[in-house]
Amino acid sequence: MMAYWQNVWDRWQFLWDDRGDGVTYFQWMLSAWGYTVAVAAASLVIALVFGILIGTLRTLSGHRIISAFAAGWVELFRNIPILVQLFIWFFVISELVPGMRSVPGFVLACCALGFFTSARIAEQIRAGIQALPTGQRNAAYAVGFTQFQTYRYVILPQTFRIIIPPLTSEAMNIVKNSSVAFAVSIPELISFAMQTQEETSRGVEVYLAATVLYAVTALVVNRVMAFMERRMRIPGLTLQTQGAH
Amino acid sequence: MATLDFSFYTWANISNYLLSGLYFSVALTIAATVGGIALGTIIALMRLSNIKPLEYIATWYVNVFRSVPLVMVILWFFLLVPSGFYDLFPGGSGQKYRAEICALITFVVFEAAFFSEIVRAGIQSLPRGQTNAGQALGMTYAQNMRYIILPQAIRNMLPVFLTQTIVLFQDTSLVYAIGAYDILKGFEIMGNTFGRRIETYLLAAVVYFIISFFLSMLVKKLNQKIRIVR
Repeated sequence: MMAYWQNVWDRWQFLWDDRGDGVTYFQWMLSAWGYTVAVAAASLVIALVFGILIGTLRTLSGHRIISAFAAGWVELFRNIPILVQLFIWFFVISELVPGMRSVPGFVLACCALGFFTSARIAEQIRAGIQALPTGQRNAAYAVGFTQFQTYRYVILPQTFRIIIPPLTSEAMNIVKNSSVAFAVSIPELISFAMQTQEETSRGVEVYLAATVLYAVTALVVNRVMAFMERRMRIPGLTLQTQGAH
Repeated sequence: MATLDFSFYTWANISNYLLSGLYFSVALTIAATVGGIALGTIIALMRLSNIKPLEYIATWYVNVFRSVPLVMVILWFFLLVPSGFYDLFPGGSGQKYRAEICALITFVVFEAAFFSEIVRAGIQSLPRGQTNAGQALGMTYAQNMRYIILPQAIRNMLPVFLTQTIVLFQDTSLVYAIGAYDILKGFEIMGNTFGRRIETYLLAAVVYFIISFFLSMLVKKLNQKIRIVR
């Protein structure tokens, strides 16, 4: 029994090995985790900004061009796989759009993931706005609010509070989806796992470490959002959504 | 500023580089949907059963696969499926198509977790009276599921199944991680061969968009149809 645990212990010792440039695999793993969190966080900011904007525009009545544009945005970013979108940013947009070539890969990856997720957040914002009773909007117009004021003071504040549950799963999805950044050599957890597995042949240990870090990150996001949800819930108003990855 | 040139998309090149990839992507999507729904239904039934150990296993299964990125799961399976397994396939084809076979297994197992949640929601959306009525007629558990619960649950969930299939189809591009030859891989190799990466990635996006968009239109149609029947 003792020998078994000794063996398990020994198999993890590669973490303290130098990978060849003065950095241990453990340090690399932490920095990779940092990249995963950074990519996810920056993408989430982009996704929220564009998602809220597009989702709101989609519900405007009497502006056919604007809502058609918003609908097109959602369809475009929702129907192309994230990996392909990532390649488009790296190999097409950075080549064809002047001045994009000097943009660092990290920013491009965050743009790809952010715009991809913005389409899904836009759908949730739209569902949230439409879930509000029509009376809210009518009441705002009745007291003489303009459309802008109605959204600013009546519709959106309530929407933000009821879409927190679907936003939670979207925030967890963005952590998981950040894993595709390995394909464009962002040094995040999957890149770390793949390269370390090749260099040390400690596949099970490396993958286990990366998997646990992903699970921990997802759990933390989940708890934070659950806390926010408890504080901001509107009694009696909930939202039904469909699951995805 | 590069100029675009699509002249290398001749029929010969398309069938050389792209068709087998497209075939694999579609086959993977269909197999993972069918296999995922079958396995997912079993897991959903385990989760809803009153037998505690089965319930725990099913809950763990779903939670584990839902909290780990698909790419990570693909890498795990590629690492853990023993080499001997691929030898079971005739004529050395198992070793030749290692990545593809592994991708197939991974997707069925992974998607089952997501489909099981859909099936569970479908079963739970039915009124309790349906189960009770079946039992009152003297039906066994299996008969009740087979003739009363599952037909209704699956019918109600059909649009959600299709939505999940669209997500699944897009996810198949992630087999990139283990180098399986799917449509995206075909485009990548073509782009490298002809030095035309811009044009190939653009067309890859167009192909994925057309297929996904067409399927999502289908979901919309289906939704309308089901709504009328109710």
